[in-house]
Amino acid sequence: MARPPASAAPRPRLPAGVRNLLLPWTRNVPREGMVENRPFLDFLTHAVLLLGVAVIAFPVYVTFVASTITAEEVLAAPMPLVPGPHLIENYREALLHGAGNSAAPVWRMMMNSLITALAIALGKIAISLLSAFAIVYFKFPLRMFFFWMIFVTLMLPVEVRIMPTYEVMSDLGMLDTYAGLTLPLIASATATFLFRQFFLTVPDELAEAARIDGAGPMRFFWDVVVPMSKTSMAALFVIQFIYGWNQYLWPLIVTTKEDYYTVVIGIKRMIAGGGEASVEWHLVMATALMAMIPPALVVILMQKWFVKGLVDTEK
Amino acid sequence: MSRPQARIARLVAAGALAAFATSAFAQTEIQWWHAMTGALNDRVNEFAKGFNESQKDYKVVPVFKGTYPETMTAAIAAFRAGNAPHIVQVFEVGTATMMAAKGAIKPVAEVMREAGEKFDPKSYIGAVAGYYTSAKGEMLSFPFNSSTTVFYYNKDVFEKAGLDPNRPPATWPEVMAAAAKIKAAGASQCAYTTGWPSWVHVENFSAWHNVPIGTRENGMAGLDTRFQINSPLHVRHWNNLKEWSQKGYFTYAGRRNEAEAKFYSGECAMLTSSSAAQANINRNAKFKYAVAMLPYYADVKGAPQNTIIGGASLWVMSGKKPNEYKGVAKFLSYLADPQRQAQWHQQTGYLPITPAAYDITKSAGFYEKNPGTDVSVRQMMLKQPTPNSKGLRFGSFVQIRDMFEEEMENMLAGKQNAKAALDNAVRRGNEMLARFQKSARE
Amino acid sequence: MEKRVLFRSGWLPYALLAPQLAVTIIFFFWPAGQALFQSLLQQDPFGIDVEFVGLDNFATLFADEHYLASFRVTAVFSVLVASFGLLLSLILAVFADRVVRGAGTYKTLLIWPYAVAHAVAAVLWLFLFNPTLGIVAHWIKGLGIGWDPLLNGHDAMVLVVVAAVWKQISYNFIFFLAGLQSIPKSLIEAAAIDGAGPGRRFWTIVFPLLSPTTFFLLVVNIVYAFFDTFAIVDAATAGGPGQATEILVYKVYKDGFKALDLGSSAAQSVILMMIVIGLTVIQFKWIERRVQY
Repeated sequence: MARPPASAAPRPRLPAGVRNLLLPWTRNVPREGMVENRPFLDFLTHAVLLLGVAVIAFPVYVTFVASTITAEEVLAAPMPLVPGPHLIENYREALLHGAGNSAAPVWRMMMNSLITALAIALGKIAISLLSAFAIVYFKFPLRMFFFWMIFVTLMLPVEVRIMPTYEVMSDLGMLDTYAGLTLPLIASATATFLFRQFFLTVPDELAEAARIDGAGPMRFFWDVVVPMSKTSMAALFVIQFIYGWNQYLWPLIVTTKEDYYTVVIGIKRMIAGGGEASVEWHLVMATALMAMIPPALVVILMQKWFVKGLVDTEK
Repeated sequence: MSRPQARIARLVAAGALAAFATSAFAQTEIQWWHAMTGALNDRVNEFAKGFNESQKDYKVVPVFKGTYPETMTAAIAAFRAGNAPHIVQVFEVGTATMMAAKGAIKPVAEVMREAGEKFDPKSYIGAVAGYYTSAKGEMLSFPFNSSTTVFYYNKDVFEKAGLDPNRPPATWPEVMAAAAKIKAAGASQCAYTTGWPSWVHVENFSAWHNVPIGTRENGMAGLDTRFQINSPLHVRHWNNLKEWSQKGYFTYAGRRNEAEAKFYSGECAMLTSSSAAQANINRNAKFKYAVAMLPYYADVKGAPQNTIIGGASLWVMSGKKPNEYKGVAKFLSYLADPQRQAQWHQQTGYLPITPAAYDITKSAGFYEKNPGTDVSVRQMMLKQPTPNSKGLRFGSFVQIRDMFEEEMENMLAGKQNAKAALDNAVRRGNEMLARFQKSARE
Repeated sequence: MEKRVLFRSGWLPYALLAPQLAVTIIFFFWPAGQALFQSLLQQDPFGIDVEFVGLDNFATLFADEHYLASFRVTAVFSVLVASFGLLLSLILAVFADRVVRGAGTYKTLLIWPYAVAHAVAAVLWLFLFNPTLGIVAHWIKGLGIGWDPLLNGHDAMVLVVVAAVWKQISYNFIFFLAGLQSIPKSLIEAAAIDGAGPGRRFWTIVFPLLSPTTFFLLVVNIVYAFFDTFAIVDAATAGGPGQATEILVYKVYKDGFKALDLGSSAAQSVILMMIVIGLTVIQFKWIERRVQY
């Protein structure tokens, strides 16, 4: 693999430029992008980017249109490409009564998604913060053993241990509960690593000072570690909130009662054949759009934390 | 006793009292897991409500558990974890799995006998009762929602294409002649489609022509059954499907009931699918349509014979208290009432599973008011069922059906001919049967 | 790396680790152990008849042409997803890197699909490509090209690849842009002064410097295609037609939950675990090198 020439400006890590990315990204410092003036290239640049934006947005636009027209209009191929007048009634219908084979109202599924996403994000942050603190700031027997124990979980995505995990949940009587929805997804090595990585960069002097002051470890944890980790926590929160909101396979098998459907599962139920009702695409599309809005808002409004989280969790 | 201790003691006493009080007056709860969606879910809840209001000792709690496979998986997982429901609705392809699970289920006949409830397997239509009866003649599960496959056609399109809307095609060659005319006249975008490809074009096709699906009476006589669906007749039919698909007469729509939407939206003019689809078609179709018997090949001796059922039955799980079983028996008796059966049949389009329910419906003039609703019944009772047509019982049939459909898809996609598709289906199916036989040995 | 200052306590670190360890043991080690154990058993769904069969389940799998076919499908799928995903996002990133005004807007408009659930993405594309009512399907047919993802395996593959790539572009884009922006401008300017045009500058300077990022993304994208795309396949094609889109993860689910063949499903889980471990080792080695660099 080609390495950068030795004369290149010294950079600590590759492609760790990812870190540098945070600078322009988070502060929106304009980089001087173009080296020289080439009008055609400028035009091409904007053309390609606009095309990319349009192609990426197209499915969502069609979704929006489909959610504002009637079932018959959706079925009349090709469907119209301008929004219709039924926006409010379609969304009300979906929110209150669900659609197709799933009679669960969407508002309730949205609540379930919110509970799941928050529980997973906050739960992960909490337990990882504690365990990373233990691993970095304490010396105790079996420390490395525990560290590796957490590390290998990286290698077992929920998809590959799905059947036995289901049996474990069933043994514990946690099917169709919020605990069952969230607990197996709360443990993850990535968050622990993120915090460990961060703690290692915290100057030793702080802990030393705390010790000289006679502060115990938990006092140090609450007064120093937690406040200093706020940025990492925010970044992790964004990533894990999206992760939790968008979970599919696990909620699909662990919830069978409509009371516990998350909105992502609800959509799948709405389009599933084999039931008696037909697919009500206009309502499905309204639900799909509603399912997208909360995580998309989190990404857009917390963009700088999002990028930081994404970059940091991939270490 | 120190004060905190005294408080704890009081709390414990109060708690115990409360527990005693509630248990003394509590009804016995009967969990019923089912897979009925939409309007069917409402009917199920009505049954439970009606039963709960009819007596005070038991309370049936219906719980929707997802699709049929999900409901079954949930019940099995719950059984393994020691908290199975009392009653679970299992679709017909899961029958062999449930039957092989000797320690996990309690035969319905036994439940009824022990509770002293009246239960006569002979009051059911033969083809229905036979499906759920063990080799020893004991009824193992309670028939609940049974359907069969029928033929639907769009009368408006027939008229447009110059066909007689009151004379549905009776045989497959007639179906395709009609398809050719519809296509030629451009009367509809698609001529013929089918729901549930394996159920229609393997299982019911075999029974309707009185040819075996598998040895040992389609598996009903023993676990050592093997598939026989690569007979010349099967190959001929699948070959026709392939040809019709290439000519654009037949449009494949998917493995489940996706085809039904293609029919009631007016896209396809002819449909073979579940008789239970009628309620939905009725609600959605904006054209005149009619129901007819499943097409057959006129030159096959003995055809048409009778079709076999699909749908689901109710299984009682083992390991519950005698008092609970008593409640289960009472509830099943409640469901078995001919009036309720007739009402269920009329409201849902499922088969009347007892002749009594059929008679009630008939004398109420229901079939005259709703033409076509009796086609499925007539089809089921056309002839005395033979070993080829009384039902089927294959282990792992959920998977095997998928395999049959995969082979059909590969054939229709032009990757193989009909003979190869059916040979593959038989070979792969038999491997599964052998595995099942091994895991479920007596 | 270690801290110079460490606290000492007989019980506190264990207490701090306890929640994470409890969850890890209950939901990772126990199930993984179960999977290993069950992969050696053949049992009926109810767990009444259980028989130890050694490696039979594995032997059956590797003798099963359809399991091997699922490997091929997974390989084709991952290659398509990774190559198209990387290519398209690289193009967008290269152009986005040139932009001075409106860069923030472009970035925002390109990264939001990351927030969309896989299953939802699948439903959107399924809707667009639905042979009966999909608008894109309508256009394709208008061009005189046949379109039938229900029967044509290639069409079905196109459908799931498009949905998977669409969903992954934003992620790749962010990392590519990060990589591009970390390339020292002085290098590019020097080349420009030497008279190298934008194309040449890209191939001789930018692309080689970007290769660690590319390699990293390649591994991430393959892992993504192997595991995270389950929702897309399940919601869009359910593995069909035939087995044209039945990737390995989907098969584990199907055989375990739909067909209740626990032995086979567990054996497949074990094989998948091996694959993830292999991929993780590759990734880890790379990370190590990166840190040392």
